[in-house]
Amino acid sequence: MSLRGYLRQDGRKGVRNVVVVAYLVECAHHVARQITTRFEEADVHLIGFPGCFPNAYAQRMMERLCTHPNVGAALLLSLGCESFNKYSLERIIAASGRPVSTLTIQEAGGTKATIEAGRAWIATQLDILRRQPRVAMGVSELVVGTVCGGSDGTSGLTGNPAAGRAFDRLVAAGAACIFEETGELIGCEEIMAARAVTPALGEELRRSVAKAARYYATLGYGSFAPGNADGGLTTIEEKSMGAYAKSGASPIAGLIKPGDIPPRGGLYLMDVVPDGEVRFGFPNISDNAEIVEMIASGCQVVFFITGRGSVSGSALAPVIKICANPDTYRRLADDMDVDAGRILEGRATLDEVGEEIYALLLRVACGEQTKSEALGHQEFILTYKSFEPIGPACLPV
Amino acid sequence: MIDGETDEHDPRLLLLSGRDNVLVARETIRPGETVLVGRRKVVLARGVARGHKLARLPIPAGEKILKYGAPIGSATRPIEVGEHVHVHNVKSDYTATHLIDASAGAEP
Repeated sequence: MSLRGYLRQDGRKGVRNVVVVAYLVECAHHVARQITTRFEEADVHLIGFPGCFPNAYAQRMMERLCTHPNVGAALLLSLGCESFNKYSLERIIAASGRPVSTLTIQEAGGTKATIEAGRAWIATQLDILRRQPRVAMGVSELVVGTVCGGSDGTSGLTGNPAAGRAFDRLVAAGAACIFEETGELIGCEEIMAARAVTPALGEELRRSVAKAARYYATLGYGSFAPGNADGGLTTIEEKSMGAYAKSGASPIAGLIKPGDIPPRGGLYLMDVVPDGEVRFGFPNISDNAEIVEMIASGCQVVFFITGRGSVSGSALAPVIKICANPDTYRRLADDMDVDAGRILEGRATLDEVGEEIYALLLRVACGEQTKSEALGHQEFILTYKSFEPIGPACLPV
Repeated sequence: MIDGETDEHDPRLLLLSGRDNVLVARETIRPGETVLVGRRKVVLARGVARGHKLARLPIPAGEKILKYGAPIGSATRPIEVGEHVHVHNVKSDYTATHLIDASAGAEP
């Protein structure tokens, strides 16, 4: 099947053509947001990093996000005194072939003048982006991520394994698929390691889950919310077994960290837990932190499986929401793209819903809006973290 | 199959792996309703909401709870066939499960 995408200079293709507006410290957030409000009907998305202290992870994430295949142009908003290296970020975006401009509020004349300048720049860019033709794109050029949030006892029975079926189809077609998160795979390390393409990668997978278990034990809380228990999940390892089903049945081709782009098709685990001693608090403070990391690793579309009922979408990439629980679906149908809870009521099989997810993904990649896109959801969150680069065994050739 | 029990159970209950000692409720089952677990008819003292678990076998304290054929925690006290299996009688073997105290801040 041939999709249609926006070709970028690095050869990757986007399924959207977004102007990203990025604030580089919280002090520039309001101005950045006011710039975007003028363009609610266009693909102008707001992202940003709130901190004033330097952080290599945040810098790299912003580089990856502003040069994401779904992004056509970038406007950077600086207050002027923050630590974020706007010069390096602007150079990297310009080198990617994208139009980029940096507005520094302290030099541009304050709130009003900066908002006006930003809006004018975006209006010009939108005219150019609207004329950009799309080119043929194969399924093998897709990078797709999967996260789950608001999980309950139905997630591991319907939504997650159905998404896993769609992942198997995608991997077979040559696409790259990424699943997470190591803190929600605690208890699955042995069965997961057995699926690695090399024993050395299996050892790395095992080690990444052990790191997560240590990290969360230090913090005193697992990646488990009270709503998970209301929905029938009793322990983190039970939640993990359900979450693990998202990965499908393909061999695991590699272990990546946020911002690493999969080098070829196949199934990858993303290790989202920081390296070194516990710093900066919880690894991913809420679901959207995970979605942002998936997008930074090149995902053009993300599957989000929920049982309790999340309404989140994301900036930069469409989110396909797969509802595992039929009761939740009846309450929140306007927010859900796929009703996987039918499986529990005998109205569909896992294979049928897996096929439905795959077919919807292809339509979304061709431009069809997801529910969260149509409702204007553009959640985004980026906080402090620190990572070591992945080891040589993580990406066997 | 264990101890000559059959695998027959209520269609509202789901057995995910032959090794499991719990069943998962496909739909909410109210207190006082009778369910078939193996060959035993059990009247539920406590309701089981959709997605929650009940015991398929008697589970002694300290024994692993098996779901999807994998351990998901340990029983903190003996659990009878048909009993709701959840945070009140199971603990994680990794990190403790965090719950909200919904009564916090209420008038005494």
